[in-house]
Amino acid sequence: MSAPFVSQSYRSWGGVTRTARPVAHPKWRQELAGLLGGARDRGDVLGVGLGRSYGDSGLDAGGRLICGRGLDRFMAFDPQTGVLRAEAGASLDDILQLVAPRGWFLPTTPGTRFVTLGGAVANDVHGKNHHRAGSFGLHVRRLGLIRSDRGALELSREQEPQLFFATLGGLGLTGFIAWVELQLAPTPSSFLDQEAIGFSGLDGYFDLLADSHDRFEHVAAWIDCSATGGGLGRGVMFRANWSAEGGLVTHERRLKLTLPLEAPGWVLNRWSVGAFNSLYYSVHGSRHGLRRIPYAAGFYPLDAIGGWNRLYGRAGFFQHQSVIPEGVAREAVRKMLERISASGQGSFLAVLKSFGGKDSGGLVSFPRPGASLALDFPNRGAETLDLLDRLDAIVADAGGRIYPAKDGRMSAAMFQQGYPRWRALEALRDPSFQSAFWRRVTQS
Amino acid sequence: MKSSNAAPMGVIILGASSAIAEAVARRLATKGVRLGLVARDAVKLAAIGDDLRIRGAPQIAVRAWDLAAGPAPGALAELAQEMGGADTVLIAYGLLGDQALAEADGAAALELLQVNFTSAVSWALESSRVLATICGAHGLVVGLGSVAGDRGRKSNFVYGAAKGGLALALQGMAHRSALTGAPRGMVVKLGFVDTPMTAGFKKGGPLWSTPDQAAAAIVQAMARPKAIVYAPWFWRWIALIIRLLPEAVFNRADL
Repeated sequence: MSAPFVSQSYRSWGGVTRTARPVAHPKWRQELAGLLGGARDRGDVLGVGLGRSYGDSGLDAGGRLICGRGLDRFMAFDPQTGVLRAEAGASLDDILQLVAPRGWFLPTTPGTRFVTLGGAVANDVHGKNHHRAGSFGLHVRRLGLIRSDRGALELSREQEPQLFFATLGGLGLTGFIAWVELQLAPTPSSFLDQEAIGFSGLDGYFDLLADSHDRFEHVAAWIDCSATGGGLGRGVMFRANWSAEGGLVTHERRLKLTLPLEAPGWVLNRWSVGAFNSLYYSVHGSRHGLRRIPYAAGFYPLDAIGGWNRLYGRAGFFQHQSVIPEGVAREAVRKMLERISASGQGSFLAVLKSFGGKDSGGLVSFPRPGASLALDFPNRGAETLDLLDRLDAIVADAGGRIYPAKDGRMSAAMFQQGYPRWRALEALRDPSFQSAFWRRVTQS
Repeated sequence: MKSSNAAPMGVIILGASSAIAEAVARRLATKGVRLGLVARDAVKLAAIGDDLRIRGAPQIAVRAWDLAAGPAPGALAELAQEMGGADTVLIAYGLLGDQALAEADGAAALELLQVNFTSAVSWALESSRVLATICGAHGLVVGLGSVAGDRGRKSNFVYGAAKGGLALALQGMAHRSALTGAPRGMVVKLGFVDTPMTAGFKKGGPLWSTPDQAAAAIVQAMARPKAIVYAPWFWRWIALIIRLLPEAVFNRADL
């Protein structure tokens, strides 16, 4: 017997779209085939996990959702080699609880540990160590995929490589990702030696970058979006290596604070955001310190606050993460910061990092060599959408592209220009799988 | 094998594939407890067993049995031996059923009673016999009860009667243990838990807990057993109020 589809209220992380959807919560892998069967008659399906995609890539296109979070069992783990096989609903949080005390860590991690393994594969997520490790998909050894037309499949670089690579960063469209086999990375401790260095403008970031990439595994910079004129692009670079000391311990599972309700819409406004950014720069910008910090503080600072997205209120917020090819990156990032500054719509958190050349082979994987700027904006309706379109134009001119996992509004032209191999993914899409995002950027 | 106030060393779980039982097993595995897992479906048992071994269970034995049929002679003792000894048995299986169907169809009512009461009490007695030979008064038989068993009401009294009956049996075992040194009995009465068993309910709100929250309370109770434990704790007071409501008031509520 399969878990039933039950109508429940559903929202993506950005919270701009929220509707009641039919959602099934299977607990067993053998239920999946039954949930996919008859999809044609009852509308398309989409597999989802912890709902951390910001826009509509994790929303169905008028069909049904299959939440894989209940499929969270570990299937095999070899503490000698660091190869872990787990059901795709296991979260990175679950995995770290198991492996961190045993001297292993995720080969690369996004800024939240509350994503599922399946979501990490479907979005081919990246971290601050992209210049060393590449994206998540590079470390996936094998995959279990269940398709409505072919049943359960096992995929690898040797076994059905086309479908394997299409599933890395394939936005969950090639079928239901049932399990993942991952190569973990060894760590000497569970602590990072992190250095923070302020820089007074974009040139400072790019000057620091080469040296930082050579000497540090984890590198990312915070940008003060409230700064204008001569201070434009000032910020703080955080760079870290695994510490040799501190021992192997896991993170505290209990959250420090959880936002129980949505904040009123005015909490994050031009002045509060500006004040926060200025204060942050004045605290960190002048410090040149080396500190040993637990991995959770280094990789997951926002995870300490459960439901931080509720700070943005009922209207929700948009993320805009782009990657700009090397060579033109400095100029395009400068133009984007100028545009934001001129708009008066501050970004609460702006993060700048640079990707290296390692490629997972995913057909619509986001990372490529160059600089990646991530921004978030409270949803103020038309004026916000207008600003985002203008930022898109700068990205397109520079030959860059936008991260689908963060997007809920880019135009079809913008997507297709950034991901020329999208038709190859469309050809391998499971005919019963569809997302609101994919329909929007491929059929309009 | 252990003192009367200590975490268990070896736990047999009857109904190991339920969401609450699996959450209990994960917590026990992480603490290095040996596990004996019983459920009907061998495929599910294999998946759970692999997971618990990785999480740290030092020894695991599994059995695919139809628990509603009651114990076969010697089978439970053999399972306890294969897993390296047991001091606790958790009776976690159950069937929520459908009250309207149970009222309309005698076979459906008998099935509810057979699963939740008749077979469960016979497993409790068999567990007590097996644990008595292994660890005497340190043995513990835990059953998952329900606040539905505290006062009969319109919407689920067949299920409630079965769970209430199981609770009385376990309470009696707790009493017997105090007087004779036989293995102890404990019932953990659960409120609303968000599991596949309650898939048809409208969920959310402060009275609902997750399987893991229920499991945390069950594992905590195993370390400090009492005859009756409510999980989460506040159900003790809700159940008390429901039991104390005068009939004239109770009969006006459509529960």
